Amino acid sequence: MSNMDSTTEANHRQAEPGAPPDHPRIAIRQLDFFYGKTQALKGITLDLPDRQATALIGPSGCGKSTLLRVLNRMYDLYPGQRASGEVLLDGQNILARDIDLNQLRSRIGMVFQKPTPFPMSIRENIAFGVRMHERLSRAALADRVEWALTRAALWPEVKDRLGNSALGLSGGQQQRLCIARSIAVRPEVLLLDEPTSALDPISTLKIEELIDELKRDFTIAIVTHNMQQAGRVADRVAFFYLGELIELGESVQIFTAPRLRRTQEYITGRFG
Amino acid sequence: MSGARPLSGRYLRRRAVNALGIGFAVFATVFGLFWLAWILWTTLTRGAAALSPRLFTQMTPPPGAAGGLLNAFFGSFVMLLIAIAIGTPLGIGAGTYLSEYAVGRRIGGMIRFVNDILLSAPSIVIGLFCYTLLVQPSGHFSGWAGGVALALLLLPVVVRSTDETLRLIPATAREAVMALGVPKWRMITLVLYRAGRAGLLTGLLLGIARISGETAPLLFTALNNQYWTANPASPMANIPVVIFQYALSPYQSWHALAWAGALIMTVFVLLLSVGSRLLIGRRPGM
Amino acid sequence: MSAESLGLAASRPMIASRRAGPSGERVFAVLVTAAAWVVLIALGAVAAAMFWGGLPAFRAFGWRFLYGTEWNAVTRQFAALVPIYGTLVTALIAMLIAVPVSFGIAVFLIEVAPRWLRGPVAAAIELLAGVPSIIYGMWGLFVFVPFMSEQVEPWLIDHLGPLPVFGVLFQGAPLGIGMLTSGIILGIMVLPFISSVMRDVFALVPVELKESAYAMGCTRWEVAWRIMLPYTRSAVAGGIFLGLGRALGETMAVTFVLGNAHDLSFSLMDPGNSIAAVIANEFTEADSALYRASLIALGLLLFVVTFLVLAGARLLLVRLARQRGE
Repeated sequence: MSNMDSTTEANHRQAEPGAPPDHPRIAIRQLDFFYGKTQALKGITLDLPDRQATALIGPSGCGKSTLLRVLNRMYDLYPGQRASGEVLLDGQNILARDIDLNQLRSRIGMVFQKPTPFPMSIRENIAFGVRMHERLSRAALADRVEWALTRAALWPEVKDRLGNSALGLSGGQQQRLCIARSIAVRPEVLLLDEPTSALDPISTLKIEELIDELKRDFTIAIVTHNMQQAGRVADRVAFFYLGELIELGESVQIFTAPRLRRTQEYITGRFG
Repeated sequence: MSGARPLSGRYLRRRAVNALGIGFAVFATVFGLFWLAWILWTTLTRGAAALSPRLFTQMTPPPGAAGGLLNAFFGSFVMLLIAIAIGTPLGIGAGTYLSEYAVGRRIGGMIRFVNDILLSAPSIVIGLFCYTLLVQPSGHFSGWAGGVALALLLLPVVVRSTDETLRLIPATAREAVMALGVPKWRMITLVLYRAGRAGLLTGLLLGIARISGETAPLLFTALNNQYWTANPASPMANIPVVIFQYALSPYQSWHALAWAGALIMTVFVLLLSVGSRLLIGRRPGM
Repeated sequence: MSAESLGLAASRPMIASRRAGPSGERVFAVLVTAAAWVVLIALGAVAAAMFWGGLPAFRAFGWRFLYGTEWNAVTRQFAALVPIYGTLVTALIAMLIAVPVSFGIAVFLIEVAPRWLRGPVAAAIELLAGVPSIIYGMWGLFVFVPFMSEQVEPWLIDHLGPLPVFGVLFQGAPLGIGMLTSGIILGIMVLPFISSVMRDVFALVPVELKESAYAMGCTRWEVAWRIMLPYTRSAVAGGIFLGLGRALGETMAVTFVLGNAHDLSFSLMDPGNSIAAVIANEFTEADSALYRASLIALGLLLFVVTFLVLAGARLLLVRLARQRGE
């Protein structure tokens, strides 16, 4: 397990030789997004620094989830949705037409609000994605499954029943399985869309600890409605309102001394 | 795209499989539509060539002579009426029982199950059943027996649509009426049937569309009759059986009549099923 | 006025007992209950009538009725293997065509087609289910049989006939009439039933589940094949059984194109028979009680088999609903 860690570590270093730790993995420039005629994001410019967690907060409908769905081009599944501007992943514009979406999505993982285990065994849930992208020996694949489940803090609970259906796990376990599934493909970026909103407090705590741990290796963007959660797991917080990025800063600064009144009103619960 | 992962052979293969799969899905759809077009086109061209006003004014002819299908149209019409007269009240009644009286009871699940079986049971078996039930004891084929056989095929369609329609009406609508002190049966007949009338009518029309084209159960119930009869106690001509006999005959003139009958029947059936779906304004579904 | 209000005051505290109430309520309840029992009894009566009607044939021939091949009205020897074989083979050919094509259509309608195209295409496919089965039969006899006998079967006989083992299926004269043609027509007929079940259950696959597969880099086909199909597998199997039930019991379409032959032949090109087709062809001409009983016994076989298949379909379809917690 520890040597798997270091390989991942090494991979990243290799990809970015000498990159400073706050080098933006994703750079969003003047991003507009439309659902049909409705504009959901307006001129967003935002960096997601490498190996940091950025929390996107704001009232419902402010565009934060939409932004996540732009980052892995999930919106492409639906006609009438389009984005303009630039989203640079390691300097390459992923909004470009000729981007290969399957490959893009293997580099940018996503975990959804509700746990979405695939209708197969626990082991297959993890191996499924890995096999799509890499050719591994049986032993290497088993190692990868163990590594991913360990990173997702699920291994001790499931190691004796890897062949069981994933649908039999509890909600919190299912969500950790989904995180394990995402990191097993070793993406560079992890998008979390309110990953704990459907979970009980104990599961939530486990997942928060996990995110804290994962940001050492992955660039994380997390959408959350829970201010405490944003404060606990994020290095930086971006506050959205009506499709615009209102304020961006270190999470300590946003939660203790927001510069703008609207940010303050939101985080103190006066609206939203 | 550039970056950590080059276009591996594995990935190229996945893309090829995807392209094949999507190509297959498109092909399958075109394949399905192709047969529809072919069958409808055949029916339309051959049927239209044989259309004439005589169809509705003359009786079915002997081989080689000119004639029409008047007695067969009339016979089909009479048997449809018999089927509707028997199948509709029974079906609406049973559907009402399922949705209003059998809630949470085991018998309701059982009747739904049996009804679903009846819905897809082979129609020829229903024909055999009506033969042993009605034709054999009376000693002769009859329009009544044909009508009963069709009613048995109509019944499960009406039961299911009634059950489903009534169950879609929210419980609050029932409670609001019952709270006024209206007895349950008045509530059902005055409020539920009225609120669900589009659904009930759709179910009935779909059922009629289904039985209008049925041939197998009529073969040994109504049989056929070369002459005009308005008496359902005797064997009666009907469009499907006439088409069957004429199509399998060696005579060109009979083939032409069969195609004309086939066209009219198909148009009637498809208009009913399309029309009934438009009526309720829902997507075409099961 | 005062009498009225008095009467009202007197009747108010009394709540009439249910039994004493107006009889409309009870009459209605009895009527609808009776109607529901008619449905239940109808199926039982069909089974009973088939059983009693077919009993003389089983008495006369015993188990031989199921595995014998002779069907001779003159010598009054009746055994059902040839029609049973024909029924199973034509249904099998039908399923080999209809199942993959239905899956393709369902995937097209749910994942591939642009939104504006879905409604019209789905409606057109459903029209196939609306076309009366006798039309399939006529089209089959007058259009498709000549096409098969002139274009398709000569090629199959030339190219597949010489193959070892497998070639037996493709030997004989290219008559056009026979089990291959019937199976293809049956496949087209049951296709709308299976594809409509598949499409309906694929539409029930949660959006989040599909999105998370896409988010892992799955292609559309992988989402359909590896996610949607396993998620809905029991209902899909139910839909297939439903189609199989239809294919086994279909009468008119196959009666036109099977050829009504009572010889057992392994070639798909040769004329054959099916249970439903034998009954349709011969019942009105059956000239002895035993002949008629044998035909009804065939009907009983058909009824039992389709009952089992359709009951299986129901149980499988219910399972998806339970899994979804409905």
